[in-house]
Amino acid sequence: MDWGSLFTNAAYEIISPTTAAYALAAMGLAVHFGYTGLLNFGQAGFMAVGAYGFAISTLTFGFPWWAALLTGIAASVVLALILGIPTLRLRADYLAIVTIAAAEIVRLLFTTNTFAAVTGSAAGLSGYKTSWQAMNPIPAGNYNIGPWVRDHNEVWLLIVAWGLVGLAALLIWLLMRSPWGRVIKGIREDEDAVRALGKNVYSYKMQSLVLGGAMGAFAGMVFVLPRSVQPGNFQPTLTFFIYAILLLGGAATIFGPIIGSMIFWTLLSIFSGFTARAVEIGWLPFMTSLQAGQVRFILVGIALMVIVIYRPQGIFGSKKELAFVKQ
Amino acid sequence: MAYHRRALRLRKNIFVALFGLIFAAFMLSSLAVAPAAHADEVGTDEYDYAISGFVKFQDEPLDGVLIKVEGNGYNAEVKTGADGKWKIGVPEAGTYTVTLVEDTLPEGVIVAEEGKDVAEVTFGQSKTKAMNFFLGQGERVTVSFFDQFLDRAFNGLSFGLLLALASIGLSLVFGTTGLVNFAHAEMLTFGAFMTFTFGPVLGFPIWLAIPIAVLLTGLFGFLNDYALWRPLRKRRVGIVQMMIVSIGLSITLRYLYQYIYGGQTEQLPGATGAEVITVGPISFTIVDVWSMSISIVLLFAVAFFLTRTRIGKATRAVSDNSALAAVSGINVERVTSIVWIISGLLAGTGGILWAYFRPGVNWDMGFQLLLLIFAAVILGGIGTAFGALVGSLIVGMFVELSTLWLPSDMKYVGALGILILVLLVRPQGILGRKERVG
Repeated sequence: MDWGSLFTNAAYEIISPTTAAYALAAMGLAVHFGYTGLLNFGQAGFMAVGAYGFAISTLTFGFPWWAALLTGIAASVVLALILGIPTLRLRADYLAIVTIAAAEIVRLLFTTNTFAAVTGSAAGLSGYKTSWQAMNPIPAGNYNIGPWVRDHNEVWLLIVAWGLVGLAALLIWLLMRSPWGRVIKGIREDEDAVRALGKNVYSYKMQSLVLGGAMGAFAGMVFVLPRSVQPGNFQPTLTFFIYAILLLGGAATIFGPIIGSMIFWTLLSIFSGFTARAVEIGWLPFMTSLQAGQVRFILVGIALMVIVIYRPQGIFGSKKELAFVKQ
Repeated sequence: MAYHRRALRLRKNIFVALFGLIFAAFMLSSLAVAPAAHADEVGTDEYDYAISGFVKFQDEPLDGVLIKVEGNGYNAEVKTGADGKWKIGVPEAGTYTVTLVEDTLPEGVIVAEEGKDVAEVTFGQSKTKAMNFFLGQGERVTVSFFDQFLDRAFNGLSFGLLLALASIGLSLVFGTTGLVNFAHAEMLTFGAFMTFTFGPVLGFPIWLAIPIAVLLTGLFGFLNDYALWRPLRKRRVGIVQMMIVSIGLSITLRYLYQYIYGGQTEQLPGATGAEVITVGPISFTIVDVWSMSISIVLLFAVAFFLTRTRIGKATRAVSDNSALAAVSGINVERVTSIVWIISGLLAGTGGILWAYFRPGVNWDMGFQLLLLIFAAVILGGIGTAFGALVGSLIVGMFVELSTLWLPSDMKYVGALGILILVLLVRPQGILGRKERVG
């Protein structure tokens, strides 16, 4: 029984590209939900348009990586505008339902066989990484990162992914201490008061939606670079997991989403590694190995409930910045 | 979808004798060639997991049909054997795309529904996964638009009625407690799984298993409120917080169902293979008749309860303004408990009917309906029971009728689209009042 690899695998989740992708998506949600008070339940939709924008523009139109990246971001901006126009005047719970519905529409449009030639329908897309990997400045080969050995493509992805996370954190930090950030946080606390000061609340909310959505699109692209684009990955459950990450770290914090994502993935990995091994050596005779994989998601659900009830500010949050608790 | 097969069966009758003969001849000839004509198994020795199937048309196995499997960086193909069977081993549990190459089917046979020659298979509990394609006649008998319209509208009505059962509970709970319950869909799944447990698993007759399941779902609704939501209301937890808690509950329950029942789809007794009754252009089964009758009776019962009984009037009063209801002497907590029980009973019934309509019981069947339930509730006006009924019928009709123009894998897109449109034009819904939008 190899218990050592359990911890080295789990520890890699701290820096893995997927962790960075979830952190980016959670930072987008922090802008929406934590700072502006917008209950966006469609972050999976923003990630999907980012990922598909990148993949389709590469595969169908032959764009180089930078143009594909811009296409993904542009697609998310368009989605934010389409979504924001009808919904930003609505109450929080209505916004939640509309955004989750919009994300599902996006996913169904990518899944349907009607556009299979472009979207690959249920099978998804792959083979869009050539231009991206061609601009990799790191010489080909394997590299040691601490205890792990990874190839040049993975190392390059790690640098870019965590670079993006760092830039997003810096951007949010700068924005939230600027006058713009104060208006945004004012909207979260009391929309009418901000409106009474002569600010265009609608326009500020829209800007926040676009900004967080673009972060979601970056997250979607980082998410699909180590794998292929699968419509099944962008289900509402993805958004729910990102909420779990955000609330674990702290909704209105800079580092909350990042640390939240690291904890989420590390715990998932430790837990699945542990149960899989425990089942294998017969410690849990009532469980099959497939069931062992599902227990962790049951625990994610329970953890989400417990955090929201008992510590809604998360690990790093402050109780003062919790407009969503009293509404 | 059951009704597509029904429509096909209609066309099949015309050709049944002819094709029976052709395939009898076909079978004889393939037997004569040699049993080892095709390798019908690929990769089953190397790999633990396998996808298998049985290609048949009108109960006759088809030989030499090419099947392709792709996914997780692996692909393989195989031709069916003389017995119509095929099996492809795959390296790991995961999701694979299975394609039936239509060109390799005998002349005159096609995959029943356009686009259904490609299917996705996801491994659940078991190491083998069955994947069967529904085949139909190549010659398309054209059905007039009006006849198609009537048939779909009938299905839409059936779907809308079961959706109403699912929606009213959600709407009542919202009205009385302000909670948008994302875990409502899991009550539907609960009802279906309880029917499955008491029916096929424990061997109770279905007419007994269904009432037991419905009552248990009512109890489940009560326990939801008693163990979780009431303590949260006492703590004065905010509505957005409660909504996120309900998402946590939804995730927990869904994976718990998957833990207990596995990832596969099960059938309730009588869900498939019921005799098709044809009245003019509309074809349906006895299950549809039962489903619609039960829905209509229950909907009348709810209407009677809400408008004619004391406790029902109290429910509407609480829904209207719970503080005002409380000061006029209504026991709001008691009303809320009753609303949760009703919500559970209706959702349980709706879930069972949904299991017959789809058909099939699986761990996320309720969740697939959740957004349509939201659409119905918002369209009708959130918080009003009659709004939920009207909204459900419209959404149900819309989903089914939209398949006249849209491919069937996009039918939910239209319904979710009208949800967004309604919020743009009339956010309070058809029967809702403006102040609720806040």
